[in-house]
Amino acid sequence: MAEVTNSTPLKVVKPKASRDDWTMRAFMVMIGAYLLIALAFPLYIMLSKSFENKDGVFIGVENYIKYFSTPALFNSIENSVTISIITMVITVTLAFIYAYALTRSCMRFKGFFKIMAMIPILVPSLLPGIGLIYMFGKQGYMKWLLFGETIYGPLGIVIAEVFFTFPHALLIIMTALSISDARLYEAATVLRAPKWKIFWTVTLPSARYGLISAAFVVFTLVITDFGVPKVIGGQYNVLAVDIYKQVIGQQNFSMGAVVSVVLLIPAIFAFFIDRQVQKKQVAQLSARAVPFEPKPDSKFDALMMSYSGFIVLIIVTILATCQFAALVKFWPYNLSLGLQHYNFDLMDGGGWDSYYNSIQMALWTAAVGTTVVFTGAYMVEKGRGFQQGRTLFQFLAMMPMAVPGMVLGLSYIFFFNNPDNPFNFIYGTMAILVVSTVTHFYTVAHLTAMTALKQMDKEFESVSQSLQQPFYKMFLKVTVPVCSPAILEIAIYLFVNAMTTVSAVVFIYSYHTQLASVAVLNMDDAGDIAPAAAMGMMIFYTNAAARLLHAVVSKYMEKKTQAWRQR
Amino acid sequence: MKKAFSTKLLGGVATTLAAIGFLTGSVSAEDLTVYTAVEAEDLKRYAAAFNEVHPDITVNWVRDSTGVVTAKLLAEKDNPQADVVWGLAGSSLLLMKKEDMFETYAPAGVDQLDSRFRDNSDAPVWAGMDAWVAAVCVNTVEAEANNLPMPTSWADLTKPEYKGHVAMPNPGSSGTGFLDVASWLQMFGEEDGWAFMDDLHENISHYTHSGSKPCKQAAAGEVSIGISFAFRAAKSKNQGAPLEIVMPSEGVGWEMEAAAIVKGTKKLDAAKKLMDFIVSKPAMEHYNQGYAVVAMPGISKPIENYPANITDSMIAMDFEWSANNRDAILAEWTDRYDSKSEPKN
Repeated sequence: MAEVTNSTPLKVVKPKASRDDWTMRAFMVMIGAYLLIALAFPLYIMLSKSFENKDGVFIGVENYIKYFSTPALFNSIENSVTISIITMVITVTLAFIYAYALTRSCMRFKGFFKIMAMIPILVPSLLPGIGLIYMFGKQGYMKWLLFGETIYGPLGIVIAEVFFTFPHALLIIMTALSISDARLYEAATVLRAPKWKIFWTVTLPSARYGLISAAFVVFTLVITDFGVPKVIGGQYNVLAVDIYKQVIGQQNFSMGAVVSVVLLIPAIFAFFIDRQVQKKQVAQLSARAVPFEPKPDSKFDALMMSYSGFIVLIIVTILATCQFAALVKFWPYNLSLGLQHYNFDLMDGGGWDSYYNSIQMALWTAAVGTTVVFTGAYMVEKGRGFQQGRTLFQFLAMMPMAVPGMVLGLSYIFFFNNPDNPFNFIYGTMAILVVSTVTHFYTVAHLTAMTALKQMDKEFESVSQSLQQPFYKMFLKVTVPVCSPAILEIAIYLFVNAMTTVSAVVFIYSYHTQLASVAVLNMDDAGDIAPAAAMGMMIFYTNAAARLLHAVVSKYMEKKTQAWRQR
Repeated sequence: MKKAFSTKLLGGVATTLAAIGFLTGSVSAEDLTVYTAVEAEDLKRYAAAFNEVHPDITVNWVRDSTGVVTAKLLAEKDNPQADVVWGLAGSSLLLMKKEDMFETYAPAGVDQLDSRFRDNSDAPVWAGMDAWVAAVCVNTVEAEANNLPMPTSWADLTKPEYKGHVAMPNPGSSGTGFLDVASWLQMFGEEDGWAFMDDLHENISHYTHSGSKPCKQAAAGEVSIGISFAFRAAKSKNQGAPLEIVMPSEGVGWEMEAAAIVKGTKKLDAAKKLMDFIVSKPAMEHYNQGYAVVAMPGISKPIENYPANITDSMIAMDFEWSANNRDAILAEWTDRYDSKSEPKN
């Protein structure tokens, strides 16, 4: 139907924007506006709040001077950085060996070990804290292992944070280890390099970017996490809990804003170093690379398998402890089993409604978030025009990674509860929780979408354009189906995180929108630790079921839409 | 002026939108949004009792811990979402009274209340409901296992044998914690009060973020002695925890639960009806099911496992003083005890 005349103009003519271009630009503006409203403006308001006194009068850096002259406050910086670094070293080491076992050994049951290691992603970070109290608290059944040390404090925080960050580090390191050129190993072997030397000169260097990336991800997760130190931190003050104490305990919003800004600094710092390092990474796999295939080595494989088994045992023990404690009538004095801790309606924290709210919120987050994120990524990657706007958007999309959930939530109070704000109406509703959660987890979802989109040739767009098809038709009929695995991945990522997040929502939930993860926090806070464990396990089962459903749907979709990948 | 108008307009639009809005229930004229920190299990009972008198007014509870509710109310100061506060710590209400956040109203029959439980100023805004009294929970099993004698006074708790066996709420994050600190300062005087806390600090195993946690932890044996409040202690004991509830001989601090109408509510009439009910005898009888001391004299019935003669232990608290010195007290407390990073064993 189309005679495409491709006459090349002699001089540079600015092409006239077609109607399709305008539609596309309208979309870009909308998506860009989302990130401005949900991220940039609230953060700006919060920043300015830190320079105001209680009555909203600008007082310059007075709050900061007060902060840095109060040892109880600024000591938390050192504490936060210390536990983050310790956790970083331990998690990366443990995850590296585990990833090594999964990629470089021929041990059996790799699929099982891979799934089990991912479990911590499915639970709120408070849950390992609660589990550790049952294991190592004053009445803990494994208390003797601590030789009189107390679990409340840095020790407990680090153990629980290692549990919580392990899968995140593992995923990154596994990817790094799985791309490796077998020819290097052959060369090294031919040169008679001893095994340890090969490890130091080939394996580690080729995985270094993954290791650095994993280290920074763990650091950021720990320094911004609020659940673990709240539950098991004892007197060990950290920044994330300080924000909560200032805002909820003392209703000192200005100081809460100051602590938030202080917490932003190390997180942003870690983020930028990581970005810089990643930029240096060049393709390690040339076209001629030969994928590395591990060779069976019964001794080594057995060692790796017992190591992996040990890690899985720890993960399962912590979870099983929580489940058992949730069923015990009165720990430790009456160990008979019963279901009374599931009677959430009699507890503070929102009852069973909060559980259903959470599911609802997670579904909305997955639906809205996936749409916004994927469309946004499409505009950045395949959009036409607005080059600067797209660069700015890309920058904004990367920012949430460095913004702690508590900081985002607190900034939402300031921004959305202002009666002059036209978006004030979402305050106190489910919508603000969805917006906050989508924004909080934006970056990883965005990166997933970008990766998938980058794999699609730009030719598709050119062809559709020359066929005079509007971009959205192309988007819906070709791009979305082709990228469906990534889209499903984003949806499940958002769902699972929406179920477990506490920090992003703890300041902005309302009575009608109480959430299960916050109920865990509040029940623990009130000392109802068994019901807290019970609710935490409900979140785990829900997420596990969602993951399972995701696996089934992906399989089906793959058959339907990805047949072209196989020839 | 212009700003005020635009604020109102936006507020109006916002309210309308919120009403038809996203996943929220619709709000009719006879709905009251009531903020509270009362225990979840008592709320339905309270609302039902009110509806026996006023079936036409629906109470929509917004419940959270004292700190969260207070923070929420303060954060929403310029755009209040609540119509009435029913069941929040008196000290929080005083804090907000200073910020001029409440409607002046003396509920019908408020003069029936004990004078300590009513706002005696010329422009009264709040009315008391019941008292929430400090108490010490001792786990008898753990006390025996650790050879701890039963303490009878606050001074006892500073003895070296209790080292590492006492938990108390952090006043920086818990209203109960602040009530304890304020009461010691009032009971012993400032100098001796801080000296007492210095000694007590040596014995503290950990500070918690909530007032009920020390007692629940004592109930579970996670700590031997928890400084908490009597209401929680009695509840845990009723659930079968091996607890002994000690009312220290020097006397104990207390705090009231109180109510007030939020300034700017569009449902003032309904709110006033609710306030009248809040101080009425039937309401007091409901408070009495959980709390031994209620605002109206002469109606309290004893509660199982609640320490007897609790009113004798209650010291004369100066709430205005506590509210006015709150920031300074918290700063001093944090400086003395919260800056130590390492937990002590």
